[in-house]
Amino acid sequence: MSEVPSSHVPSSHGKRRPDRAALAIAPVLFILAGIIWWDAGRLAEMSNYSRIGPATVPHVVAIGLALLAIWTGFEAWRGDFPEREPIEVQPVVMIVAGLAGQMLLLKAAGFSIATGVLFALTAFGFGRRKLWISLPIGIVFSFVVYIIFGRFLQLSLPAGPLEHLFF
Amino acid sequence: MGTFEFLLQGILIAAQPMNLLYALIGVTLGTAVGVLPGIGPALTVALLLPVTYKLDPAGSLIMFAGIYYGGMYGGSTTSILLNTPGESASVVTALEGNKMARAGRGGPALATAAIGSFVAGLIATLGLAFIAPFVVKFALSFGPREYFALMVLAFVTVSAAFGDSTLRGLTALFVGLGLAIIGIDQQTGQARLSFGIPDLLDGIEVTTLAVAMFAIGETLFVACQGDRIPDKVEAVKGSVWMSAQDWARSWKPWLRGTFIGFPIGAMPAGGADIASFLSYSTEKQFSRHKEEFGKGAIEGVAGPEAANNASAAGTLVPLLSLGLPTTATAAIMLAGFQQYGLQPGPLLFATNPQLVWGLIASLLIANFMLLVLNLPLIGLWVKLLTIPKPWLYAGILLFATLGTIGANPSVFELGMLLVFGLLGFAMRIFGYPIAPVVVGLILGPMAEQQLRRALAISQGDVTTLFMSPIAAVLFALAFLAVAVPLVLRARGKGEVLSQFAANED
Repeated sequence: MSEVPSSHVPSSHGKRRPDRAALAIAPVLFILAGIIWWDAGRLAEMSNYSRIGPATVPHVVAIGLALLAIWTGFEAWRGDFPEREPIEVQPVVMIVAGLAGQMLLLKAAGFSIATGVLFALTAFGFGRRKLWISLPIGIVFSFVVYIIFGRFLQLSLPAGPLEHLFF
Repeated sequence: MGTFEFLLQGILIAAQPMNLLYALIGVTLGTAVGVLPGIGPALTVALLLPVTYKLDPAGSLIMFAGIYYGGMYGGSTTSILLNTPGESASVVTALEGNKMARAGRGGPALATAAIGSFVAGLIATLGLAFIAPFVVKFALSFGPREYFALMVLAFVTVSAAFGDSTLRGLTALFVGLGLAIIGIDQQTGQARLSFGIPDLLDGIEVTTLAVAMFAIGETLFVACQGDRIPDKVEAVKGSVWMSAQDWARSWKPWLRGTFIGFPIGAMPAGGADIASFLSYSTEKQFSRHKEEFGKGAIEGVAGPEAANNASAAGTLVPLLSLGLPTTATAAIMLAGFQQYGLQPGPLLFATNPQLVWGLIASLLIANFMLLVLNLPLIGLWVKLLTIPKPWLYAGILLFATLGTIGANPSVFELGMLLVFGLLGFAMRIFGYPIAPVVVGLILGPMAEQQLRRALAISQGDVTTLFMSPIAAVLFALAFLAVAVPLVLRARGKGEVLSQFAANED
């Protein structure tokens, strides 16, 4: 991203360019503040001696977030955010796919298979690309975990075809 | 009864075979996760919370405290042998410790870290036992506004006082406070920010948030950096025993580290990383071997390691006596107490002294166990460092999701895990600290409750908050904790503060 040598100049020199990615954080914070404010507005105020009710703290938090949004915009514009290392997207996508896969497979395929998929895709993200090796390892490992935690420690882990085969 | 009698009683409780077993499991797990880079004690306690749901409270709390102590011990091993801190409080240990290991003095470095941790843990745990009752007595005079002021101070010190940016610390805190609003309001029963989704009515689980941000966020962050940093494990060459000269150079840093670390942990002033940095710079000043600093000075390992263990014990002072968590691990331990319907604070000492004193005494025992685990068995832990990254992180995610599935096997909960994981990832990329989010989520509702109580008493008059001397002093301290770092950074002295960044565990 900002790998030009000039980015090593301390911020006091005032030559840093606006940090566009960081600039995007400000509106996000602002929207969050808006949602909290809006939600607090529709809370019915229980009439008390005081004006203090369930909406008080949400209002304070919303104001805080809005102020922080402005401050963030200001700092990002001045380029005061720390430098970021370039990011490799592919591993991140693989791991997110693993988590999503586990989430969707959990009910249908059971704990061991779903978690095996997560295991294999995470390993893929870290460079172990041989899925025909890592997937079986992941499923067997998850199955052992299922036996220990689901059977012995009585954790309610969803069972699928593989689990029903044995129990 | 005095502290001694209570402590003796506590030792009897802690010495029950089951509790000894829990302590042993705790310190073993704690050492293991401390050694593994990427997972710290906060995450481990969060992972174990759902698993321990059905165990007895005293046992699992003893186990959690063991994990906390063990994590502090284990982190030093990674720092020394791998030059990657196993947990954030061991960053400085890597400075001198890894240099010693490269020079073939890894053994003495590990030994001074372990023995220093032991000395500090012992003194600081005794400190905890003797100071906590005084804090409890003091805290009995606290009303809602004093508690609120105390929580504001904790919010500020966790988020804004240290780290490299007041802005990012406060933003993280407010994100946590925003998440804390979600769910049914405790006092009026109205649903807030739930958007008609039934799963949100109970609010966000602290464990879900912590696991997502620490495990998934960290895994994604490490993955996105690719293979840039080659890991090289230094073999432990020669004897692990320290020479007479090593002892002579180590004992004073151990004691100084303890006396720096304990108060920092005990006052709501931040976590173990701050203590270890302060100890490091102190040792640099005091050392008669200044030229060795940066090249492997044993003082630079002995002091910070003692300091981070002492501050772990110190953190338990506000946690047990006030119910106030000042680090992410303490915040999750608080969630552990709440899981059993226990609220740490002055009342817990009165209503459940067996639990409190059993816990404190078990820490003394855990310390002895850790010394044995970390010196003679060091070779075992070094093997953990050789697990290849793909399997390590695949395993971490397996256990991370296991806890959530075990607590609530719903697609929605796993979806939240993924969303917060991505949030944690994004926050890491932009340099936001994680701990304030977790502390904000757990302490937010408690602070709100105290605030509303205080204002209900005064019929909505806000000035009443500042009318008590104790509260006024606490608010003033909180204000200074935001203002002073801001001024320091503006004047270009921010480097000192940014060294204290990454208050993760």
